[in-house]
Formats: sequence, structure tokens, C-alpha cells
Amino acid sequence: MKHLALIVRTLAAWSITLLIVFPLIWLVITAFKTEQQAIAIPPQLFFTPTMESFHEVDERSDYFLFAKNSVITSVVSTLLGLLIAAPAAYSMAFFRTKRTRDILMWMLSTKMMPAVGALVPIYVMAQTAGLLDSLTALIIVFTLSNLPIMVWMLYSGFKDIPPDILEAARMDGASIWGEFLHVIRPLAMGTLASTGLLCLVLSWNEAFWSLNLSSAKAGTLATLIASYSSPEGLFWAKLSAASLMAIAPIVVVGWFSQKQLVQGLTFGAVK
Amino acid sequence: MAYLELKGVEKFFGSLRAIKGVNLQIQKGEFVVFVGPSGCGKSTLLHMIAGLTEIDGGTIELDGRDITRLPSSKRDLAMVFQSYALYPHMSVFDNMSFALRLANVDKKLIQEKVGRAAEILNLTQYLQRTPKELSGGQRQRVAIGRAIVRAPKVFLFDEPLSNLDAALRGQTRVEIAKLHRDLGATTIYVTHDQVEAMTLADRVVVLRDGAIEQVGSPLELYDRPANQFVAQFIGTPQMNVVDTAKLPALREVVGAAHAPDGFIGVRPENVLVRAAGSGRLSGRVELVESLGADTLIYAHVGNGNGAGVQIVARQAERTTLHPGDPVGLDIAPASFHLFDRQGRTVGASAGRA
Repeated sequence: MKHLALIVRTLAAWSITLLIVFPLIWLVITAFKTEQQAIAIPPQLFFTPTMESFHEVDERSDYFLFAKNSVITSVVSTLLGLLIAAPAAYSMAFFRTKRTRDILMWMLSTKMMPAVGALVPIYVMAQTAGLLDSLTALIIVFTLSNLPIMVWMLYSGFKDIPPDILEAARMDGASIWGEFLHVIRPLAMGTLASTGLLCLVLSWNEAFWSLNLSSAKAGTLATLIASYSSPEGLFWAKLSAASLMAIAPIVVVGWFSQKQLVQGLTFGAVK
Repeated sequence: MAYLELKGVEKFFGSLRAIKGVNLQIQKGEFVVFVGPSGCGKSTLLHMIAGLTEIDGGTIELDGRDITRLPSSKRDLAMVFQSYALYPHMSVFDNMSFALRLANVDKKLIQEKVGRAAEILNLTQYLQRTPKELSGGQRQRVAIGRAIVRAPKVFLFDEPLSNLDAALRGQTRVEIAKLHRDLGATTIYVTHDQVEAMTLADRVVVLRDGAIEQVGSPLELYDRPANQFVAQFIGTPQMNVVDTAKLPALREVVGAAHAPDGFIGVRPENVLVRAAGSGRLSGRVELVESLGADTLIYAHVGNGNGAGVQIVARQAERTTLHPGDPVGLDIAPASFHLFDRQGRTVGASAGRA
């Protein structure tokens, strides 16, 4: 009986996983097809793989420029975000006041508003500041839109550290920076890593703002993919090839850091 | 001049005045214990001295220097926490050497100092372990070791024994007393346990509701309490404090016939149990607690019109009395305290006032 339940559960888990991963698998397969094979009915599962689409993408657009923009915007906005969120979370976790909870809720509430509501003001601000199609604009917007999540994640991670330990460090002569370096950083390494990784992924995936605030110069890989979908009708093979090239780096990063990611997103639940 | 001096120290939590203008002088090398019921502000006061809680009024001077606004890290004090507060990610050695490493002390000197402290505390074989792998008593010793290694100006202990079991608590108490004798370091120790206060302290500071009730040596507090609160807080079981209105006869019995209206206090060991019929008070046994070395007899003494009071007697001899037995009581001569209606001491038998 127990054995049967295990089989059913395993099967269910695998089918759900397959269901979720299938589009990604299909994307990978399509990227290695020709345009004819990509739209063939019935869909072909077995075919001779070709690199044709990749060559065409590479010829038509400067993949490395977009990739570089993606790396710069996501890495810089993540570092900047950690730099702002860590002190904020520190003071909220260890120097609570009556309003700490309200401020946290307010920060989260900013994520409830659809981004499109802020599009016009932000676009106009970027325009006035002369920052349209610049990496600076994207970095600022990415950082700001990730901040609430970063503060929340770091806050819940820091809260698990007994305040006595920080007080002990203070008594031992540690400055605030010493406290952070020698006590919080090692104890909250998992939280810091997973927060950073999550924001890296979020910034990398961010499409709305990069589409609206950037184009040829500062465009990220999200803009690159988008450029394959609309103007000349749908070229599935090329679109898939471009998408695969866009997501590959972050998938690799995610693969190597899945342990930290899972820990960061499930803390509290496990302990 | 005092080594550590608190002048009119105040703390507010919102509109609550948690520490009400505390003045206190502590001499170099003294072992001072803050004692009081929970919520009396003893821990808050210690945290204020440590710099972990901000001071809202008054000043604190240490070794001739005003430290009121100085951050904890610069006060040169060491603290042992109730929860031990060891760094969980560091080995015992790293825990004990953390402060020295922060101060960039020479590596060889650190080795030497930690080695010596570990030897004193029997921790030498555990230096490479992490706190997780230690027992409660061992963790407590690491926390003490962390303080010793630094040779700070003042040691602060915040209820360090309350997480240990009874046997270990007694043993560690003796070790702390011995340590203080060997090192001669100025120490402030916070506890709610009056036995710890009596056994460890050179001077005891009794606190209630954020104010000092009395400061004195343990026996001073026991023999000459300044008020009813201190009288009842120090000593187990509590001093019998009887409202003269409820048992007027007691005035004659203790030999204070002209005592003003108020309360009369008598320590349990000064209540003498007699055979029924003899003794100047008569009552009925309510409960007998046989502790081996001591026997506590709780008797109900009526005042003739239905009401009455409970009086505890403590004696070294064992007893055959049972609950319900009639019993006679007497008070040892010259062993009473008088309190007025506000609880202030207004008199005592000769030799105690």
C-alpha cells in the first residue's frame, strides 16, 4: 500500500515537472530546426539538427552587445540592491520600532501596483534626464523594482539571528561594519546568496522596462528576443535560437546555485 | 573615588519611566549583584552600563571617564549573556579570541591568553569544537572565557546561570566566586535568585520598579532591611510580616507593646514551635515541609474572631506534627522588625536597627 502511494506520488511529480519543463524542451528542440521543420505539421520530434538559426541570429544582431548589457544591468543592479537592502534589513531586524512592520508592508505594497501604471512618469523622467536607452536608467529601475523583495528576504533571514550574538560582538569591540563582516555575513550567507541570485534572475528576465526604456544601444537580451517576434512575422526557429542564447547563461548560473536558491526561498519552512 | 559611578541614570520606554534616576558607586574589585523581581529593571540597568540600551538621562563614569554616550565597543566591558550568545559559526578558540583578534593583538599573545583562560575553565580539550557540540555548562564556561581573555575593566553577568540545571547552577556559582577571588575583577552580576545574590556579592543592590530599594552587604540586608520589600525579598522562606491590626497580640509577644500601627516582621528561624498550650501564641498546623536539614512548619494563628494569619517557623529539629495539630508558638527575644503602613522600617529590636 505504502509502496503504491510512493509510485503514484513519483509519477505525479514527474508529470507535473514534465508539464512545466515541456515548453523549455520544445524551445531547445526548435532552436536546432530549420524554419520549415519548425512549422511542420505534425511536429517533428526526430530530425537532423542544424546550427543554421544560430548563425543567422549571430549575423543579424550583435548578440554579445545585448548579452553584455544584460550582464551589466543585472549584476550592477543586484550589487547596488544588496548594498541598499542589507543595511535596511539590518536596522529593521535588530532595531525594531512601532512602525517597522508598517514600513515593510508599504514596501511590499509597491509591488502590487502594475508596472504599466508607472510607465509614463518614469519614461518622462528618463527622457528629461537624458537617460533613455542608457544602461544607467535600466540599472536604476531594476534596482528599485527589486528592492522590496530584497529587503523582505534579507529581513526574514536576519531575524533568525539571535540579537544577543550581535550584542556580544558589540561588547567584544566590533563596530557596525565588524558586526556585519564577522557575524551577520557568515551566519546569513545563505540568505545573502539566495537574495542576490534571485535578483540576478529577476533582472535578467526583466522585459517590460528594458523594452520600454531601451532599444539598440542599451537593450538587454529580453529586447533581443522581442525583436525576433514582431517585425517580420514569426520565425520560430530563429526566435527559439535567440531565446536559447538569451536564457542559457542564467540557466547555468541557476543550475550551479540551486541549493542556495531553494534554501533562501524556503527558510522558515524548513527550520 | 568610585571606579564606576552612576549618577541619576534614567530610562524611558515610551511614557513608562523604567529606570528612575539611579545613583550608585562601585569600587574597583568589588562584586556587586543587582537583584530584584522580574520587571524591576535590573537587566535594563546592566544593558545601559554595557551601552546596549541607550541612556535617557544622567551619566555613567568609568575609571574617571564619562562613558554615557560611548558605544559598547569602546567601553572596554565584557558581558556574559543568559543565552551565552556564543558565535555559532566559530570554534571555541575563535569565540574566545574574537575580541583580541578585532583589536589586532599579536597572534602568539592570543594563543597564550586563550590557552591560559581555557586551562582555568577546563576547556583546553574543547578549543577546536563549535558551540553546538558542547553541553550547557561548557557553553557557559566558554562565555565566561570569552570575557576573561579580554581582561576588561568590568565584567557584566546577565543572569548567567538561569539556563543551567540546579546541580550545575550551584557548582558554577562556586566557580564564579572562586574566579572572582583569583582575578579580583570588578563585577556586576544580575540575578533574580536571592541565593546567588547572597552567596556571591560583596554588595547587593535590591531593585524594584526601576529604583534602588537598598544597597548593602548580604548580611546587612538580611539583618537590617530598609523596608518591608527588602525584608521579604531576602531570605527563604520569606520573613513573616504580620499586620498588627489582624493580630494585636503579637505586639506584646515580640516585646514591642508600644509599637505604632503597622506591620511586625519576624524571620522564620525566630519563630519557636512549642507544645500545644504552652507558648504565648496558639495556632493550628497547616503544612509541614521536611527538607532534611530544615523543617518548615506553617501554622495558622487565629485572633479570636474567626480571622487570623499564617506564620512560618523554621527549625533544625525534625517534628512529629501533622496538619491539623494544635501548636503553641513563641517569638525569640529581640528578633523583630517594625514597618509602618507604607512599608518603611521604623524600628527593630536592639542590635538589629
